[in-house]
Amino acid sequence: MRYGRAPETLKDLTFSLAPGSFHFVTGASGAGKTSLLKLLFLAEKPSKGLMHLFGQDVSTVAREDQPFLRRRIGVVYQEFKLLEHMSVFDNTALPLRIEGRKADSYRGDVAELLAWVGLKHRMHAMPATLAGGEKQRLAIARAVVNRPEILLADEPTGNVDPEMGLRILKLFVELNRLGTTVLFATHDEDLVARSGMPVLHLDNGRLTAHGHRS
Amino acid sequence: MSDFDVERWRPAAFLPEADSRDGSLTFVVATLCFLACLTLLAVLATNRAARDWTGQLDGQATVIVRPKANETPDGAAARAAETLAGVPGVAEARALEREKAEALIAPWLGDADLSDLPVPRLVAVQLTTEAPADAAALDNALKAQGLDAVVDDHSVWMADIQHAAQIARWIGLAVFGLIATAAAAVVAFATRAGLAARREVVEVLHLSGAEDSFIAGLFQLRFAKMAAIAGLFGAGAAAIMGAVLRLAGGGQGLTPVLPISWLDLLAVLPAPLAAGAVAALAARLTAQAMIRDLA
Repeated sequence: MRYGRAPETLKDLTFSLAPGSFHFVTGASGAGKTSLLKLLFLAEKPSKGLMHLFGQDVSTVAREDQPFLRRRIGVVYQEFKLLEHMSVFDNTALPLRIEGRKADSYRGDVAELLAWVGLKHRMHAMPATLAGGEKQRLAIARAVVNRPEILLADEPTGNVDPEMGLRILKLFVELNRLGTTVLFATHDEDLVARSGMPVLHLDNGRLTAHGHRS
Repeated sequence: MSDFDVERWRPAAFLPEADSRDGSLTFVVATLCFLACLTLLAVLATNRAARDWTGQLDGQATVIVRPKANETPDGAAARAAETLAGVPGVAEARALEREKAEALIAPWLGDADLSDLPVPRLVAVQLTTEAPADAAALDNALKAQGLDAVVDDHSVWMADIQHAAQIARWIGLAVFGLIATAAAAVVAFATRAGLAARREVVEVLHLSGAEDSFIAGLFQLRFAKMAAIAGLFGAGAAAIMGAVLRLAGGGQGLTPVLPISWLDLLAVLPAPLAAGAVAALAARLTAQAMIRDLA
């Protein structure tokens, strides 16, 4: 893929993620990790090539059907993308509201999830008042609240201390055990090594390794 | 411990509350609405004025009688009135007194002594409302009696008034259309600015799986509500202005020229709805076009 007339950001990428798998995406800054995730959560379109999502060729999915694909994908954005005018609780409940669910059907679940990510005492807070790590955990809570089939996380441990980083990793592994396909972009080699999960390594827009780290 | 009560939580609005720009937008839409309502009232008043004037002239004719050498002016006028009264379609024919005829030409001749001049006399003819006599019938009847007279059934004036009223209506309609278009353009512009200012929100909603129509609907509702409220103020101000004109008009004021009736003031009632509808359409189309630019 490419942005406008810029040189290609990603090229000659061929891989598939089995349902229920867990992969890291590693690579230096600018290697194309974020661009790859953007393709996968349908924020960008590939300029050429084929991309299948949930067994469908993405280029053949009608625009009005795309929202329903997006709802099956949870995303933790590198820059969080929290809504500043909404409380922690409202931000977390957002994907459920967009699905059209009634508040009574999920308020307990949202509170439980926020307690799980350690934000129980911050449910009424506005994002601007949160510390970096709290924002990170809120972004994660929002990404997983509707039990997505795929979870894409862009540097989800980038703003937290190593201990919290490990907790987040455990959370993702737990979700993966429950059946969620996870793609975890990071440049934290320690974390990758500790987990023992397979890696997609990007170098200058090309996939240079696909599999377990030796 | 948190004082957050999950059970009492109510979902927040998807879009942030009004921002500072919304105040000036409300003012602009209210002003446009006010001008549109004022135009509407002026068109209604022009229509009524035209109707009143033609109504006064309709059903009447004036006959100018020139006495022949062997007859006095009064005698000729009386004979003409008698003749005209017998024509089918005439309700009443009355010869006007010499003083009235002289008063009509006084502006041209001043206070000069007119007693020696053969001042033509006038006969005022009231036509029946059903099957009124036309000018030709009156003319033939007068000629048959050997009277030298000219019939004026006011049709020339009525055509002129109707023509003028028609022009006023078209101008009013054009001004009204122009104002409505300007209001739509302002709302489209504001929607674009509003979307740009809330781009983050729109993007998050979009990426979280909100449908385009859902996001456009949020903006549509926001601007429709704002425009309807602005319309209410604008229409209210126009109605108050109309009422003041109606009350203050009196004999010498504007009312005789542009007669506004109390019922006319009701014409501003649909304005808030119309403003809301125009804003909703403009906001929806603008938002949809902008959201489509997202991947």
